Amino acid sequence: MTDLLQLTVLEAHEAMVAGDLGAEEYTAAWREAAAGDELNAYLWRDEGGEEAAAIAVERDCVAPIAVKDIFTTEGVPTTAGSRILEGYRPPYTSTAVRKLLDAGAPVLGKTNMDEFAMGSSNENSAYGPVLNPWDRERVPGGSSGGSAAVVAGGLAPWAIGTDTGGSIRQPAAFCGIVGLKPTYGAVSRYGMIAFASSLDQCGPLTRTVSDAALLLGILQGKDLCDSTSIGIDGGIALPGREDLSGLRFGVPAELRGDDYDSGVRAVFEGTLRKIEDLGGEIVEVSLPSAEHGISAYYVIAPAEASSNLARYDGVRYGMRAGGDGDLIEMYETTRSEGFGPEVKRRIMLGTYALSSGYYEAYYGQAQKVRTRIAEDFTGAFDSVDFVVTPTAPSVAFELGEKTDDPLAMYLNDFFTVPMSLAGIPAISIPAGLAEPDGGGPQLPVGFQIASPAFSEQKLLEAAYALEQGIGFDARPVGGAGG
Amino acid sequence: MVGELSGILEHVDRIGNLDLEGVEPTSHVVALENVLRADEPRPSLPRDVALASAPEPQDGAFRAPSPQAE
Repeated sequence: MTDLLQLTVLEAHEAMVAGDLGAEEYTAAWREAAAGDELNAYLWRDEGGEEAAAIAVERDCVAPIAVKDIFTTEGVPTTAGSRILEGYRPPYTSTAVRKLLDAGAPVLGKTNMDEFAMGSSNENSAYGPVLNPWDRERVPGGSSGGSAAVVAGGLAPWAIGTDTGGSIRQPAAFCGIVGLKPTYGAVSRYGMIAFASSLDQCGPLTRTVSDAALLLGILQGKDLCDSTSIGIDGGIALPGREDLSGLRFGVPAELRGDDYDSGVRAVFEGTLRKIEDLGGEIVEVSLPSAEHGISAYYVIAPAEASSNLARYDGVRYGMRAGGDGDLIEMYETTRSEGFGPEVKRRIMLGTYALSSGYYEAYYGQAQKVRTRIAEDFTGAFDSVDFVVTPTAPSVAFELGEKTDDPLAMYLNDFFTVPMSLAGIPAISIPAGLAEPDGGGPQLPVGFQIASPAFSEQKLLEAAYALEQGIGFDARPVGGAGG
Repeated sequence: MVGELSGILEHVDRIGNLDLEGVEPTSHVVALENVLRADEPRPSLPRDVALASAPEPQDGAFRAPSPQAE
C-alpha cells in the first residue's frame, strides 16, 4: 500500500490507464492515509457515507483530491474555516469540484484554512491551526495551509486551494510542494466562497509540476456561471521541456535587498545559477511600484471582503445568534459570535477604506497603484519571459510567532501580492532547504516564477525544466501520520 | 485591536502620498465587457432545498426578527 502513495498522480493515472493499478485500490490507500491525519489538516474526510454519495464521480478514477473547505460541495459540510458556517451543507457544488468529479477525481476530504481565506499561517481558522508536516511547531502557511500540508504530509496525492494574495504559493513554499496561481479568469469562481472577488483564483497544490499541469488542465475553462471566467486558449498539455535556453528570467532590482532571510536568499541565488546552467539568461528588471503592493492589497482586499461578507446575516443560511431581539441586534450578535478577529479586522479596514471622505484617499489610490503594478509587469515582460522572486521572505515560522502582529503577518505576502494585483499567473516550486534566521531545522524554500496573463503553458514548461534541474527530493521526516 | 488597526493604516498610508494624478484606477484586470448570456429560463433551486440551511424557516419562507421591533 505504501508504495502506491509514493507515485505522483501522473504516474498513478498512467498505471491505471495501462491496467496495472485499480482505481478502487488506489483510492482506498489514500482514504486510509488521510484517516491518519495528525496535522488538523482535514475538516471533513470521505468515509464512504451518504455525504460522499452526494459528490460521487462521473467516471473512472484519476486520483482522489483534497479540496480546500472554501469550495461548495453539495450535501457535504463547507465552512470556509469559519464558525459562522459551522454545519452548513450547501445545496450545490462549485464548478471547480464539479469538473474534478466529471474527470474522475473524487473528493478525499475538505481541508482546513484561514477563516474566509484571510491569513498567511492558517492560525485564523475557527477550527484550530494546521501543523506543518516538516516541523509541527511551525505553521504550514496560509490560507490554503490544509491543502499544502496534506500533499506534503502524504495525506493526499494532490489538492486544490485558492490564492488571493499568495494563499496557494506561500503555503506550497512553506511545505515544500508546487503551488500554482493561474491567471485571473482561467478557472471559474462559481461556488468558491468569495473573499476578494477581483483577486480570488483557484489553483493546484501538487507534488510535481506535471501534476499541477494535469490538474490545471481539468480545472480551467469558461463557465456560464462565472461571467469573469475565460479559460485558457488551447487548454493545458503536460510539460516536457528539458532546458531553459533562449528564455530570459527577470530579477526585480527592488527585491535584491537585505530585507529577507539570508537562508532564503542563498537558495534563491543558487536557483538563479541553476537557471543559467540550464541555458536561461538572468536579467535585472525594474518593478518600481511593486513595493507598494502590500499597501494597495490591504486596502483593496479588505474593501471587497467587507462587501462580500455582508451576506452572512443569519437569515438564509449559516449561524444565527440573538434572534429574540430586533433585526439589527440579531445581525450584530450573529456576526460578533460567528466571525473571528482577523475577519472582523478586515471588515473594519474595508468599510473604513470605502467610507465617504476616505474612499479616494484609500480605495481610489490603491486602485491606481494596482494599475501601476500591472504596468510594471507589462513593461518587464517586454524584455523578459518571466519574473522570478523568492515565494516568501522566510521559511515556515513558528506557531504564534506573528499572531500578535497582523502587519508582520501581512508583510509575509510581499513577494506574492504584486502578481495577484496584476492578475498574472505565478508558480512556486520547491528550490531547496534553509534554516530560519536565528537557527532551527532545515525547511523548504519556494522559488516563484511569474509570466504574462494566460501564458500558463509556457510557465509550466519552464517550471518543469527547472524542477528537473533542481531535483528537489527532500520529504518531511515522519510525515503526517503517527 | 485599535492599536493594530492604527499600525496597519499607517503602513497603508504610504501610498497616500504617491503622485498618481491621471492614472486610471484598475477594478478588474482582464479586459471583459458586457458579458451576456441568452435570457432563457433555467431550473432554479426548489424551495425546500433553498430553505434547508435557513436557521428558522417558516411557512415556506425565511424568517427573521422584525426590523421594526422595539
